[in-house]
Amino acid sequence: MPVIVDYAAGNVRSVQRACQRVGMEAEISASPEVVLAADKLIFPGVGSAESAVDTLKARGLDEAIVQYYASGKPLLGICIGLQIALEHTEEGNKTCLGIVEGACERFDFTDRSIKVPHIGWNEVTPERSHPMLADIRSGDEFYFVHSYFARPLHKEDVLGTTDYGDVTFCSIIGRDNLIATQFHPEKSGEPGLKLLAAFKCWNV
Amino acid sequence: MLSKRIIACLDVRDGKLAKSVRFVDTRDIGDPVSRAREYYEDGLDELVFYDITASSSARNIMLDVVRQVAKQVYIPFSVGGGIRTVEDAGKLLWAGAEKVNVNSAAVQRPELIAECAHAIGTQNTVLSMDILKVETSRDFPSGYEVVIHGGRKPMGIDALAWALKGEELGAGELVVNSIDADGTREGYEINLTRMIAEAVSIPVIASGGAGRPEHLLEVLTEGKADAALIASMVHYGDYTVSGLKSWLHEHGVKVRLRY
Repeated sequence: MPVIVDYAAGNVRSVQRACQRVGMEAEISASPEVVLAADKLIFPGVGSAESAVDTLKARGLDEAIVQYYASGKPLLGICIGLQIALEHTEEGNKTCLGIVEGACERFDFTDRSIKVPHIGWNEVTPERSHPMLADIRSGDEFYFVHSYFARPLHKEDVLGTTDYGDVTFCSIIGRDNLIATQFHPEKSGEPGLKLLAAFKCWNV
Repeated sequence: MLSKRIIACLDVRDGKLAKSVRFVDTRDIGDPVSRAREYYEDGLDELVFYDITASSSARNIMLDVVRQVAKQVYIPFSVGGGIRTVEDAGKLLWAGAEKVNVNSAAVQRPELIAECAHAIGTQNTVLSMDILKVETSRDFPSGYEVVIHGGRKPMGIDALAWALKGEELGAGELVVNSIDADGTREGYEINLTRMIAEAVSIPVIASGGAGRPEHLLEVLTEGKADAALIASMVHYGDYTVSGLKSWLHEHGVKVRLRY
């Protein structure tokens, strides 16, 4: 059964409802055993990466997610879920899960008219083809809300990019059985639902 | 490139949709849930529900509205009105809202902003400000004053100073609502919006006064707003969300056109 990792990061139920909408019944759980037994895992998150990492570690969920990834089953990270898949985040100077080499840093624009957080709808440019992106058209916009962004070390891990201010950042990470989006598919209207529907059908 | 957002504001009283004109005399114009879905399907970027229910005992009705909307609408939506504690905010988020708007209670007790930012995240904490034009003075260097209770109670606080304080306390976005312009349909308060948008580094949502597409164009360009709040323009069927967005696109504003 698909499982949504619950680590008090706020929007698990929004994700669950959007999954339901595309015909995927997912269980919300904070149990490492349930996470490991899932056939599909969604790792969402809003709020701060710092507290997310602390909560995951306190519940033993950090190791469960890393082990789940190693098992090769489909894993979807959302927002904070993308950020803490990397090795490190500048937010609270935290060591993260380290599934993907690289780190997260804060948007820092000299031009103050470029607002932080980056909030709103923005385009995602796919960097290569991927079964999860089969129904996404170039120019489709997704809903973002974040102040930190990912810099994966290897460009093969960058599946989609987005422009904000003078920065082009990694908005989708794709590596083996992991796909992670900086935006919120559950709040991105039809294109977001299409992405969740693709996850439902994704056989790695 | 980030799109400018069009946000529809739905005033809800006792679970029914109402639109206030200068915050006096409201009349029901329908069901908030079906209206929210209609706008969502027509390409709206975001929704704000403002709970103007008078009695606190009826507040659970709003939670029910939020739950219903969350099942049908897959864009962000926030809820404002009567949020006094982190518990109030948490209940709304749990029911399915993406963000909460704090207003009067934050003016009376500014720590509420920091408490919400800590508990539910900066990006989910929106500070909504009701602002009245006043004479520029030593007390009001910006020439604008913060008011509460729908504009009825002046608070003796300078609007620009409050915006900066709200940002410092952890608000992730600001709604700048001009009481003077609200309900007039004669255009946003451009000077006020630009002044605050230029002073803070968080997104600013312009509110109050939208009546024609030109008003949105003006506030999103000259007014430097990141998003424009609309209400009666679409509630009464004079304009559609998709029509407004096409018009803005034709006039050079980057908006989300595909949905």
